[in-house]
Amino acid sequence: MTFSPELEARFAKMLQSYPPGRTRSAVVPMLLYGQDEVGYVSQELVEEVARRCGVTPLQVDEVIGYYSMLHRARLGKYHVQVCTNIACQALGGEQLYEHASRTLGLGNKDVSPDGLISLEEVECMGACSWAPAIQINYDFHHLVTPERFDRLMESLRDGSYGRKAS
Amino acid sequence: MRYNEPSDLEVRVISQRFDLPNSTSIDTYLANEGYVAIRKALGMTAEAIIEELKVSSLRGRGGAGFPTGMKWSFVPRNSGKPTYIICNSDESEPGTCKDRLLMENDPHQLIEGMLIAGWTIKSNKGYIFIRGEYRYLIEIVDRAIAEAYERGYLGQNILGSGWDFDLYTHTGAGAYECGEESALLESLEGKRGVPRLKPPFPAVVGAFQSPTILNNTETYSSVPVIFRNGGAWFAGLGTPKNGGTRLMCISGHVNKPGVYELPMGFPMMRLINEVCGGMRNGKKLKAVIPGGSSAPVLTAAECENLPLDFDSLAKLKSMAGSGGLVVLDEDTDIVAVALRTIKFYAHESCGWCIPCREGTTWLKKLLTRFHEGGGTERDIDTIGELASNMLGRTFCALGDAAAMPTTGFITKFRSEFEEYLKKSQGRVQPAPELINV
Repeated sequence: MTFSPELEARFAKMLQSYPPGRTRSAVVPMLLYGQDEVGYVSQELVEEVARRCGVTPLQVDEVIGYYSMLHRARLGKYHVQVCTNIACQALGGEQLYEHASRTLGLGNKDVSPDGLISLEEVECMGACSWAPAIQINYDFHHLVTPERFDRLMESLRDGSYGRKAS
Repeated sequence: MRYNEPSDLEVRVISQRFDLPNSTSIDTYLANEGYVAIRKALGMTAEAIIEELKVSSLRGRGGAGFPTGMKWSFVPRNSGKPTYIICNSDESEPGTCKDRLLMENDPHQLIEGMLIAGWTIKSNKGYIFIRGEYRYLIEIVDRAIAEAYERGYLGQNILGSGWDFDLYTHTGAGAYECGEESALLESLEGKRGVPRLKPPFPAVVGAFQSPTILNNTETYSSVPVIFRNGGAWFAGLGTPKNGGTRLMCISGHVNKPGVYELPMGFPMMRLINEVCGGMRNGKKLKAVIPGGSSAPVLTAAECENLPLDFDSLAKLKSMAGSGGLVVLDEDTDIVAVALRTIKFYAHESCGWCIPCREGTTWLKKLLTRFHEGGGTERDIDTIGELASNMLGRTFCALGDAAAMPTTGFITKFRSEFEEYLKKSQGRVQPAPELINV
């Protein structure tokens, strides 16, 4: 299994960053970066990470269920994560999640039939002072009102969504 | 960038470069007293460095508030093993969003703090463990690390000292528990992030079974200024035994929520009324969760004349924790907040210790039923009993972090739970799985 040249370079550097004999340390980072490229943690990815880190596929497999960002099934192209933890809750995070669920027609961790959008109710993402907050893939969006949420979803659908975090 | 307007009441020490153009670049850092502290430290012995830190009364900014100088002094030198410097940038405590700003705006300050730690114990390797959700920060910190290598602040023979130090970032992948230091170390080794039995503490047996200094992002970021301006100067910014400033993250029902750098001991009500512009919509203050969601809630009365430092909050049986303050107004449904809090801990409990795994799950079930209007009088006491049986019975502090705030909510706001009962009288419907509690 090969990855993009950028990711191959990252993996090569990663494997050298841990002390001698400690390449197992790269398992979790490799899974997460690999998932970003493959779309999900496939069995092929598990075996590839195991081979590169010098561990058994079982040792890779056993960590996957522990980390909430690692997914065994394909997410949407845009994974929309809505925080409802206490700081966001205080400013309408739960209502925002309900709005998202209703307007997208998706339950927690569901993926839209066209594979474009998936939705997840998440725990604190570190944007408490600018609540309510969401993340689309790795991009933060602060102070998100239902109206602003709708505009963001529209930009995902019409392809105008930019990389710029706000 | 900063995401909120600064306040005139701030004392900008570790955030002093945040608003400079290109604040992440090494040139900006060098032009603003950057890497001056490591030059000083390289001329000092380990004992002198630790003494200076003790004088500064810097305490860990991750949550526990342990004196940093003392923590560094616990690392055995001459153990014959390699040693490691680890930064906990797995910021996940609900209410906390400061480490993000430190990495986003001044990554070299963090690197310099870790360098000083590295030199103190003659470590040759360090890792910055950044939560997976903070991907953009990994890019920023990696670029800063590359710049530091280019200019000779990382790598071999740093500034002609003959000492080598390598620094790397490492990403988490979504797990609150990995912010617990021993779980973080397990995760760093490529395993599930479950806590280790302590002692031995990481200072003695830490990363890769070797002596380790492990501190929070903000703690390391506070170190360079201590060596530039002196420990006594730093101590003088705060209150006794609570040196310096800290980034306080205010969220909830105030007019100007934000992250503000304030001296340790800054009064709570001035923070709310002056720094944050008062309560939103002219509402009354009901409660404050003062140090991340693990900190037991304070009533409005307790917030009067309260200095925000570790010792003052400990006196109230709460904690300054991670510096995340969630301000709640009179309209807040405390039962809903208690439920959301315990849902979080139930979700994040790693399952390693039964009192935590089962306790958080049962508390979630009880509070869910209560919130849905199916509670009974007995539930309130059962919640308290369950929580007290979790306290101190787990490998790590997550069990306590779930139990303490729950106890706080039901003791300080018991009347609100009783109100729920009144509202739901006559329609008590025990959930099937709770019938034989």
